[in-house]
Amino acid sequence: MALLEVNDLHTSFFTDAGEVRAVNGVSFNLERGKVLGIVGESGSGKSVTAYSIMQILAGTGKIVSGSIKFDGQELVSAGEKVMKDIRGNKISIIFQDPMTSLNPTYTIGHQLMEAIMLHTDRDKKQAWDRAVEMLKLVNVNSPEKRMKQYPYEFSGGMRQRVMIAMALACEPDILIADEPTTALDVTIQAGILELMKDIQKEIGMAIIMITHDLGVVAQLCDEVIVMYAGGVCEQGTADEIFYNPCHEYTKGLIRSIPTTSNDGEKLEPISGTPIDLLNMPAGCPFAPRCDAAMKICIREKCERMVINEDHQSACWMNVKKAVETV
Amino acid sequence: MLDECKEGGGNGMSNEMNTNAPLIQVKHLKQYFNISTGFFSSRPLKAVDDISFDIMEGETLGLVGESGCGKTTAGRSLLHLYQPTGGEVWYKGKEIKTKSDINEFRKKATMVFQDPYSSLDPRMTVSDIIGEPLDVHHMYKSREERREKILELMSHVGLNSEHAARYAHEFSGGQRQRVGIARALAVDPDFIVCDEPVSALDVSIQAQVINMFEELQDKMHLTYLFIAHDLLVVRHISDRIAVMYLGRMVELADANEIYDRPLHPYTKALISAVPVPDPKIARANKRIALSGEIPSPLNAPTGCPFHTRCPYAQPICSESMPEFKEVEKGRFVACHLTEQIN
Repeated sequence: MALLEVNDLHTSFFTDAGEVRAVNGVSFNLERGKVLGIVGESGSGKSVTAYSIMQILAGTGKIVSGSIKFDGQELVSAGEKVMKDIRGNKISIIFQDPMTSLNPTYTIGHQLMEAIMLHTDRDKKQAWDRAVEMLKLVNVNSPEKRMKQYPYEFSGGMRQRVMIAMALACEPDILIADEPTTALDVTIQAGILELMKDIQKEIGMAIIMITHDLGVVAQLCDEVIVMYAGGVCEQGTADEIFYNPCHEYTKGLIRSIPTTSNDGEKLEPISGTPIDLLNMPAGCPFAPRCDAAMKICIREKCERMVINEDHQSACWMNVKKAVETV
Repeated sequence: MLDECKEGGGNGMSNEMNTNAPLIQVKHLKQYFNISTGFFSSRPLKAVDDISFDIMEGETLGLVGESGCGKTTAGRSLLHLYQPTGGEVWYKGKEIKTKSDINEFRKKATMVFQDPYSSLDPRMTVSDIIGEPLDVHHMYKSREERREKILELMSHVGLNSEHAARYAHEFSGGQRQRVGIARALAVDPDFIVCDEPVSALDVSIQAQVINMFEELQDKMHLTYLFIAHDLLVVRHISDRIAVMYLGRMVELADANEIYDRPLHPYTKALISAVPVPDPKIARANKRIALSGEIPSPLNAPTGCPFHTRCPYAQPICSESMPEFKEVEKGRFVACHLTEQIN
């Protein structure tokens, strides 16, 4: 049994303009100690998937159907009391913007100790020791002194380290990282990614890494899910996704990043603009922007197909390819 | 140093088109801001401190560095959006000094801003946003001519004429950036400072906009100063790349050269930190770790600004500022130890 099993998850936001289907049938399994990357552009539903797992959706958002099982326990119908025990304790999350995730009016130490005392029965002294230990783990220099400082005295990279320390203080089984390095400079980003990899090896937790940067995915992830318009286009091991992409959207994404191999040539962008989630087409959501789109793509949505044991894709082109090779 | 700089610029070209004279020459440009430290006291923050470079006609010069290194300030002070504290900016062999020089210069040198959301006035229609530079510089004779010009500009950047009457909030990020680019092109410039023009965009849209920059450059003979922190993008679009750290330029070289064989220790660390979108390369990649963080420009270290984080630092690095000198043809590095460490 996988540590986390998400099955046909549908999450919608009910706005004045209508129902926005932000997540549209997402399924995946996360094994203990693995790093899963979720990539996609803004509005693809990658963050909402994470928020649905944590059940921290905004007021208008609701899980419409589907199941989320953590260690065999169903979370969707579990209720707030169970979720309070799960959040921060079993599953932790760190957010994109380390500037706004910390409370500016309390010291770093206070905020770290609050998280620790909430989820464990440590007293104040023990919580202090644990907090210092956590700051050491994330390579914050002179942690005792830093404990007494306020967030404004920390740089962006240091704040993100504090957020990681806070998220890991209760040794969760899963860490969800929602674009943790997007607001940071490259050299700082490299440090944070390395830190996450090291800690992951040490503690053995699983990570769900949400990002739009394929470079980050390549560096960190064992498995990858590519999302578009709330659905999963393709999922598989990192090597399969990068070296054998089987969905036109994934292929387009990989082609559109400048690398050393397409240097000097023109980039091949994906034409058009991202889809309006209020007006979803009947067929494949990517069909309006897809250069290879066929009649069936516009008419009918493609179900997930198995490419090989490490790889699944929802693209009619796979059928075409299979028919042609027979 | 200046002479070297000029000569180096001319020789370091990779593109045959760029063998012309420099379009823009920046000499010892300084931009300090006064930060008040008490009731009566203030201290200069040296955002840009003594940088010199040339930009050839038709060239794209990439300017990279981390946040707070002064790359945006350098671009703005070059355009005289700030009054530079010191140094000179030359355009086509003539120094920009008087107010009328600046006015003339602004017809030839424009800017595209990073944030397509805050750089467009939400109360103006797209046609008024694009038409504003035309109004300011009185560049049309009749309303009909103004309208025609605006529609032509919109077609250059791939917007439909029906978009003209709409407001900025009705567009996606990529389309807004197109409006910003059309506005920059309105006065028919030679030179555009592009300040992180694609960093706020999604990957698939980013490639569309990068291609458009390249097409416009060919079509309208534009010269770019392309400021960005994404090294893969900068490498793709630039002929040469300059690297800044804490207000100073540390390295300037041909784009592929600097990426394949960086000479300055900071450039080495920066390039090794770029996440490569290829799992096999990424796993094999050895990153050069930098200790600590970028110091505050208010308390810049003595000597070489990078010595506090440099893995190769020697006593001399904290004592004297290394000269920004040409070490190979067209290659400039500011490091005492260039020979020892390479």
